[in-house]
Parts: sequence; C-alpha cells; structure tokens
Amino acid sequence: MLQGKWFSALFGIVLGIAGGHALAQGTIKVAYTDPLSGPFAQVGDANLKQMQYIIDYINAKGGALGKKFELVPFDNKSQPSDALIALKSATDQNMPFIMQCSGSNIAAALIDGVNKHNDRNPDNRIIYLNCGAVATELTNEQCSFWHFRFDLHVGMKAEVMVRALPKDVTKVYLINQDYLFGQSVQREVKTYLTKLRPDVQVVGDELIPLGKVKDFSPYLTKIKASGAQALLTGNWGPDMNLLIKAGVDAGADLRYYTFYAHLAGGPTAIGVGGENRVLAVMSFGENVAPEIGNKEAEEFTKGFREKHKFDFSAAGFRTIFEYLQAAVNKAGSVDPTKIATAMEDLQVKDFLGYDTKMRKEDHQIITEYFVGIFKKGVKYEAEGTGLGWATSATVLAKDVDQPNTCKMKRPTAS
Amino acid sequence: MEVFIVSLLNGLVYGMLLFMLASGLTLILSMMGVLNFAHASAYMLGAYFAYTISQYIGFWPALVIAPLLCGLVGAAIEMWGLRRVHRNGHIAELLFTFGLALIIEKVVQMSWGLLPVPYRVPELLDFPLFKIYGTQFPAYRAFMLAISALMFGAIWLGLTRTRVGLVIQAALTHPDMASALGHNVPRIFTLVFAAGTALAGLAGVIGGNYQVTEPAMAFTMGPIVFVVVVFGGLGSLSGCFIASILMGLIQTFAVVFDVSLADLLAKFGFVVTSTTPFAEVLNVTLPRVGALLPFLMLVLILVFRPRGLMGTRDT
Repeated sequence: MLQGKWFSALFGIVLGIAGGHALAQGTIKVAYTDPLSGPFAQVGDANLKQMQYIIDYINAKGGALGKKFELVPFDNKSQPSDALIALKSATDQNMPFIMQCSGSNIAAALIDGVNKHNDRNPDNRIIYLNCGAVATELTNEQCSFWHFRFDLHVGMKAEVMVRALPKDVTKVYLINQDYLFGQSVQREVKTYLTKLRPDVQVVGDELIPLGKVKDFSPYLTKIKASGAQALLTGNWGPDMNLLIKAGVDAGADLRYYTFYAHLAGGPTAIGVGGENRVLAVMSFGENVAPEIGNKEAEEFTKGFREKHKFDFSAAGFRTIFEYLQAAVNKAGSVDPTKIATAMEDLQVKDFLGYDTKMRKEDHQIITEYFVGIFKKGVKYEAEGTGLGWATSATVLAKDVDQPNTCKMKRPTAS
Repeated sequence: MEVFIVSLLNGLVYGMLLFMLASGLTLILSMMGVLNFAHASAYMLGAYFAYTISQYIGFWPALVIAPLLCGLVGAAIEMWGLRRVHRNGHIAELLFTFGLALIIEKVVQMSWGLLPVPYRVPELLDFPLFKIYGTQFPAYRAFMLAISALMFGAIWLGLTRTRVGLVIQAALTHPDMASALGHNVPRIFTLVFAAGTALAGLAGVIGGNYQVTEPAMAFTMGPIVFVVVVFGGLGSLSGCFIASILMGLIQTFAVVFDVSLADLLAKFGFVVTSTTPFAEVLNVTLPRVGALLPFLMLVLILVFRPRGLMGTRDT
C-alpha cells in the first residue's frame, strides 16, 4: 500500500511535468457510454451493473499502479452524436479511456472522433475500448491504433455459428437488422456458409428495420413456407425477443442460432417454449465454469447473481479490465499512447483459464468462444425460467484467429 | 394461398390490437382536441398492472382490474392535470401529455426494472387452436380477436344507443352547443378520457403477453397509433377501425411480398442494373420498408385528404 502511494506520487509528478493526465485525483477513469435510457436502455443498464461488479473486484485486487479504476457512465441514447458528446466530456476531464459496447454505427463514429481528437491533441489522448460493437469493418478498413476491440467480430462469430450447425441442417433462413451490424452479420454468415458448409442452402435472407417490427408472425409464416430448418439471426433486444417468441407461438419446427439470446432479458422473453431450440454464440455462460470445474470462476459469477436479479454474461468485460490492469502496469504510466503500445500483442489468461491475446495488427482480441443451448437440467438457470445455457461447443482462441486487412497507422512519437 | 390465409389472420389480430389502442385515442383527440402522447403509456401501464395482478390472483381478474386501474389513472390525469392545462391552449396540453409519457416510462422503469418481465399467456389459453398448413394458430390470438371485437361492439352500441353516448356524440361535434344545453361537458371529458385510457389499458393487458412487456413498449407502439388515428379521420370510430385493420394487413402483407421497385419496372421492360441511377433505392425490397409504409401513407393522406379516411373535420 505504502509502495503504491509512493508510486502514484512519483507518477503524479512525472506526468504533471509532462502536462498530462488526471493522476492527482487518484483513480483511473474509464468513461462508459451506451444507451442508458430509451428503448435499448436494458442493454446499457445490464452492462453497467456487470462492469461495476468487475471493477470492484479488480480494484480489490489492487487496481493498477496502486490506483483504482473508476467507471463514469454517460448516456448516449443510442445516438452517435450523443456518444461524441460523451467523448468530449471524457477528454475534457482528461480521462484516458472511453468504453462503448452497443451499436457498430456508434462505434464507427467514436473511432473517427477519437482519431481526430488524438491527432489534434497529442498531449491529451484517449483510448477507445470497444466492448461489443462487432461489425467486421471496425478492425479492418476502419482500424485505428486507438481502438481496441474486446469481443470477437462478426466474421469470427459467424464462423463459430456456422461450425455449430449440425450436419442434418441443410436449409437455413437469415434475418438481420438493417444497419451496419446486421448487414455485416448477413454478409459474413453467407461467406462462411459457402466456405464451410457448401451443402447448406440459404432459403431466405431478410433485413428488417431496426426496432420497428412489432409482430414477427408474418415473417414466421414466410420462414415456414420456405422449409427452413434453422433460423440464423444477429438480432438483439426486442427484435430478437419478439422474433423467437413469434416462432415459439407459431409452433415452428426451427432451431434458432443467435448471437444475443443469452443476454439479459432474452431468456425471460423466450420462455420454456425455446427449450432445446435456441442457441447462442456467446463469450460466456454461467454454466461454463461448473462444466469445466473452475471453482473460482463459479464463485465469481455466483457473487454477481446474489447481488443482482439477472445473470452474469459478461466474462469479456472482466477480460477488458484484466488487460487494462496488465497494460497500465506494463506501461508503468497512465499515458494512453504508452498503454496502447503496451496492449499490443499482450497475452492474458482469462478468468476461466483460457489463453487470450490482443492482436497487434488490428487490435482485435483473440479469445475462446462458446455455443450455448437453452435447456433444462443445468446448474444455473437463466432468469428464473427453469432453463439455462448449457455449453454445446467451445471454440479456442487459436481457432478464431481469422486474417485481417488492417493497415494500422501508428502515431509518431510526440 | 396458405401464406395468404395465415397472413390474413395475423394481420387481423395485429389490426384489432391497434384498434383497441387507437379507438380510445381517437375519442380523446376528436372530442377534446388533445393529441394525447401519453396514450401508449396507458397501454404499457395496462400490461404491467396485469402482470403484477396476475402474479397474485391470476390473469382473469387482471383482465378486468388492470383496465379499471388505467381508467382511474386517466381520470386523475384529466381532472387534476389536463383540465388546468387546458386553459393555456392546445400547445400546453400537447407538451403536458408529452412530459407525462416520459414520466410514466421512467416510473415504470423504476418500479419494474429495465428488463422485460415474464408476463405470460394464461395456461388455459396456451395451446394451438388449429393448424393451417402446418402453422399453429395460438388460441390466445383468437381470444384477442374476440375481446377486441366485443369491445368494438360495446363502444359502438354505447355511443349510438345510450343517452351518455348521444351526449358524447353531441359534445364531439358541437361542444359549445352541448354545454349550452346544460350538459356537464367537463364531466363528459373526464369520462371519455378515462374510458379511452382504460381501453388502452385493456389493449395492454392482452397485448403485453402477446408481445413482450418491457419499458420500451409504449415508445414502439406510440407512433403507429397516431398514424391510425390521423389516417382514420377525426371523430370517426369506423374510420379508425378501417385504418387499424388496414395498417395491420399492410404491415403483415408487406413482409410476405418480396418485390422491389426494380421488379415493378422490369414488368414494363425497364431493367435495373447496378449502373442505373438510384439502383440502391430501386432494389430495396418491400419487407425491408414494410414497417415504414404506414408512415408513408400518413404523409400521403395528409397531402391528399387531410381529414382522413372518414373524418368529419379537418385535422
């Protein structure tokens, strides 16, 4: 503790001279912006609670450089313009990190904003931690030195999803939301189907307006008529809940392959009708830890469950803070440029014990991933539905290591 | 053909749900001139009340109690809120209901949380009624159809066959004259507002478990209800009915027809290629814009027939 204080004092002086960061306040501030109001508020709120839980844990473990992490939430109402206002406030207060999870369109705006800001203000830079905006472009065409993505991108998730398709499924139907992310899912799933499962026929391929459809039964009629055996969707929030609900109501003999059915609110909306039908490509499920016999990880997730009414799904967030901890310690400073450099090719064992790596070429994390199936008889049920996510497949980090097309521009020393 | 029949049924169910919501709003709007932004919030409240009540005493009592509670909330809003604001003109009323909608959403978020609540279809109705071409038609949807048809009948009878109904109709078209004849017009206003809110609540009770009960449900339902009311025309319940069914069917069938403007042009021998100007727009298929069609129709009807389908007054 004493040593920690000494360290922070020293760094305060060093950075004070360098005209740098808000060290004097004693915490490492992470701005967090996501929808905290409006139709997608549930997403942001669930993220916030899980992050707070993780931060408390990381801080109890000593934080980084003897400092504690502090989360500062900003509501962006799902609007890129509001996210940029959050970025402005974060940089005004010299925060070294801004984090954002939902909405690839917002992420694209943030990358652009952060790039410009860092170019113009070499003495007040900021790192953008992407905790869930997964459009493939963000670490390819749009890749940036200041952007680190801590979730697998759509291409990787699509590959995991396609690999999880059982052999007897030969007809699939695609439904996605009509915006950057949904179109990205649509394209990538088709690419990997052609590549890995040429026997599978895409019998329907549809884009729906984001958050506008209130009744999915007509879509189900169409899906049934197409003879599809599986529905592949990247939909999230109400667009996914209503879709699966309509499918269960119509008694459709379908399997649902989703990216987000396991997130807070999903299991409640799906209900028992989704038993053995709904699958989720997920970064984590509460039953993973007991399945692999990792007591410590199980305790950690159980701790969250006891505090909150919903399930812990955000193992990825814990990985983020473990990377931050490691990178800040490695950089020996809270200077964003140094941290960003330290983060490149950093390898951390995540709390489940799997190897992960922050790829240097495009700042995309390479981590293990799971496919969960919604069924009865699991140790931890989801949201009191009596059903929970059992792991049906585990894909290791080395198997999702897809190539990238990023041409990274690194900052010249200032 | 099979797709047609199933879609027709689905369109009817959705249209009738819209009608339950819109009928209350159209009464309020045409009578009091208040564009009630909080109307869809009553829909949400109905669903949440029903969820909570059904946890203790079951769905069937909730079906009666929740709309009544919503009606009480509506009456309170009218008597202690709107009536005071009314003196300051329509803009003030508009802003008042707008603020109210935001407050109700926040209150719902604070009392029931941000996540969807497990409000489920009662077990008694949780079975497939019949199967058409392999697609189940849930009994609950038939129940929704029945409830909304009953309600339509009840309102229609109430408005045309009872004394109160006649006074309401009079106050609808000639509020000053009705008042001059000694009728207590403010009380009628309260009654209509409460009844309209209760109807929205009822729609919430049966729509909440058909869709998903969550704090965003008012926000997603709100705009489409306004479209129905304006499209159907002020002061006309039958216009509102036709508009609701029409919107339900349009949205349902738009999903089914995979055509784009390019296909239409191809019929006239004009082939769209990637080099054609606006090729992107021309190739957008109907399902992709299906949910936006009602709004397009709103714009068109305001331009060509501002009083709506069967309206008696200009909007």
